[in-house]
Amino acid sequence: MIYLDNQSTTPLAPEAREAMLQWLGGPESGGFANPHSPHRPGRAAAAAVEVARDQIVALLPLGGRVIFTGSATEALNLAICGSRAARIATSTIEHAAVLDIARASGAVLDELPVDRAGLVDADVPIAPGTSLVAVMQVNNEIGTIQPVAGLAARAHAAGALFLCDAVQGAGKLAPPEGADLIALSAHKLYGPKGIGALWVRDGVELAPLIHGGGQEAGLRSGTLSPALCAGFGAAAALAQARMTEDAANVTALWDIARDILCHWTLNGSAEARWHGNLNLRRAEEYGPLDVARLMSELGDIAFSAGSACASGSGRPSHVLRALGLSDMQAKSSIRLGFGRYTTRDEVIEACQRIESAAIDQGA
Amino acid sequence: MTTDSLYLDHAATTPMLPAAREALLDGLAIWANPSSPHQAGRAARAALEDARARVKTALGWSGEVIFTSGASEALTLAIARCVQPLAAVSAVEHEAVLRYAAPAERLPVDSRGLVDPAQAALAGLVAMQQVNNETGVIQPLDLIGAAVRSAGGLLLADCAQGAGKLALPDADLIAISAHKFGGPVGIGALLVREFGMLRPDGGQERGYRGGTENLPGALAMAAALEEGAGWLAEAMRRRQRLEDGIRTCGGIVVASASERIATIGAYQMPGVSSAAQLIRFDAQNIAVSAGSACSSGSLRTSHVLEAMGVAGAGEVIRVSIGRETTAPEIDRFLDAWQKLAA
Repeated sequence: MIYLDNQSTTPLAPEAREAMLQWLGGPESGGFANPHSPHRPGRAAAAAVEVARDQIVALLPLGGRVIFTGSATEALNLAICGSRAARIATSTIEHAAVLDIARASGAVLDELPVDRAGLVDADVPIAPGTSLVAVMQVNNEIGTIQPVAGLAARAHAAGALFLCDAVQGAGKLAPPEGADLIALSAHKLYGPKGIGALWVRDGVELAPLIHGGGQEAGLRSGTLSPALCAGFGAAAALAQARMTEDAANVTALWDIARDILCHWTLNGSAEARWHGNLNLRRAEEYGPLDVARLMSELGDIAFSAGSACASGSGRPSHVLRALGLSDMQAKSSIRLGFGRYTTRDEVIEACQRIESAAIDQGA
Repeated sequence: MTTDSLYLDHAATTPMLPAAREALLDGLAIWANPSSPHQAGRAARAALEDARARVKTALGWSGEVIFTSGASEALTLAIARCVQPLAAVSAVEHEAVLRYAAPAERLPVDSRGLVDPAQAALAGLVAMQQVNNETGVIQPLDLIGAAVRSAGGLLLADCAQGAGKLALPDADLIAISAHKFGGPVGIGALLVREFGMLRPDGGQERGYRGGTENLPGALAMAAALEEGAGWLAEAMRRRQRLEDGIRTCGGIVVASASERIATIGAYQMPGVSSAAQLIRFDAQNIAVSAGSACSSGSLRTSHVLEAMGVAGAGEVIRVSIGRETTAPEIDRFLDAWQKLAA
């Protein structure tokens, strides 16, 4: 299998797996204790959690703390519902998690539009009375990098907090400057599934969503998994150490894919983007493309048509629609996601086969 | 003084079973997103659904299973999104449930730690533990469930301590946590008789829980449950040995008249504060606790013991044993207890 779906999830880094092992112990090991227990094995587990927390903090701005959650979705819930925002502005291309939570929160919602390149204007007006502005760092479908520093400044000028969904950017780019709340997911940066985090700037007050034992300073109850924390921490440390190298790898792969897929049109900005994401639509002159057929014919190549979460819904992507694409254009689009472990040969083979399959369709 | 670590805090968390560890490591290799429609994603989806089916079989549960990050999240999900509003909880619930209930909604318990089923005959959601996490007392949930249903209500059972050891009670919603029965931390589930009892809010798990699924955790949870509870009879003998020894040294067994799970007991050492006991046991590398791990270190009086009217609650510690606990380990603990109590 050739895996070109690194926005959906990433393979677990061997280093992260290794870090998890000692905390998956049986009775002989001591590496299983509840990190909230005050006895000796409990304190050792708590120490491992704190080491991991520091590794994740190192990926994020100064002056805040990291709250572990079960996923980025939960982190976004904690940020949006926990801030008790009465009026929320989000970009039209946020992940469904943000849009759904904002809607469910009962707040008044304002949409921040994007241009045809998939970018929010850094000087977009923010309505008076807005209490939370949420714009993602890197879009999950088209890879565009939003001007978050400028948007954070706009939010602050309007008296609002700025929430950044950094799920696709964390560990790949410098952290979003000026954000008050940042959501992360371990499994998008080569860590394990089942753990995410919310970074909270010092002084920002949140109300908890999950009550109980009062872990994570009362903000998120539930026993923490030292194994998941350690895997997340090791993945974060590795991402930081390899940031330049990882970026260079996907940029090189992006160039190769663009060359082979020259009869395709790029969705979203070519410059303001993470090059691990290549979202393309078949150029109009070649006629419509049946993406479902393409995917089934190329069963051993894992790529996608939009986000994994929305897969199978049959609805055209709200992100591609926001760029001004027609339903037909949106439905003729594919997303190729390159990652740390993607090789040049894999990209060449996959792109050549995608191109041939498209030609065979008469597209 | 022996320096080997002696772990008698299984109510806080349990060591991972080898089968669960194996399943988790296998699961880490199935890393694709189960929501992705490509082959790798579909393989992950198939593994997830297999884990779900195995969890149902192992628990003897015919309803739905919603995987969560743990019991706290499962309980929160149940209380926040049940079609019936919370009507009552017992006064001895875990904080994860207790804090949702106003004082008037907390049903009292008697000195044995038991709720009167007649008081639970309420319309609305009634949330109650199967097994108390501090005393091990088993609540008669089948009777309570019948009372709740007769009034048109729904029963939410917090089975964090009982699942994987006791048969599930006859409840409408049930919260479980894998790390309490030899599975990994970070995965739990809300069992619901039918989805119609909950309001969906979008995302994965058929729209009842957003977030990419923790597949390795789900597989490990299934494997842990499949290991069964055949060891409990042996644990009952271990506990008898423990409690005989404690009584001989002048200790008091809390709720000794109640039906209790074999793995959890609360014991009073008259004249010695629980904090002092913990420090001394810890110095001998023996892990026990005073109440729940979550509230450890707060030095608040246990709300559980207070609700039961236990005199000398400040001198009580919790000893919780597991499937690997041996008779010599019990003797080592008793030796330490005797020296401390003298």
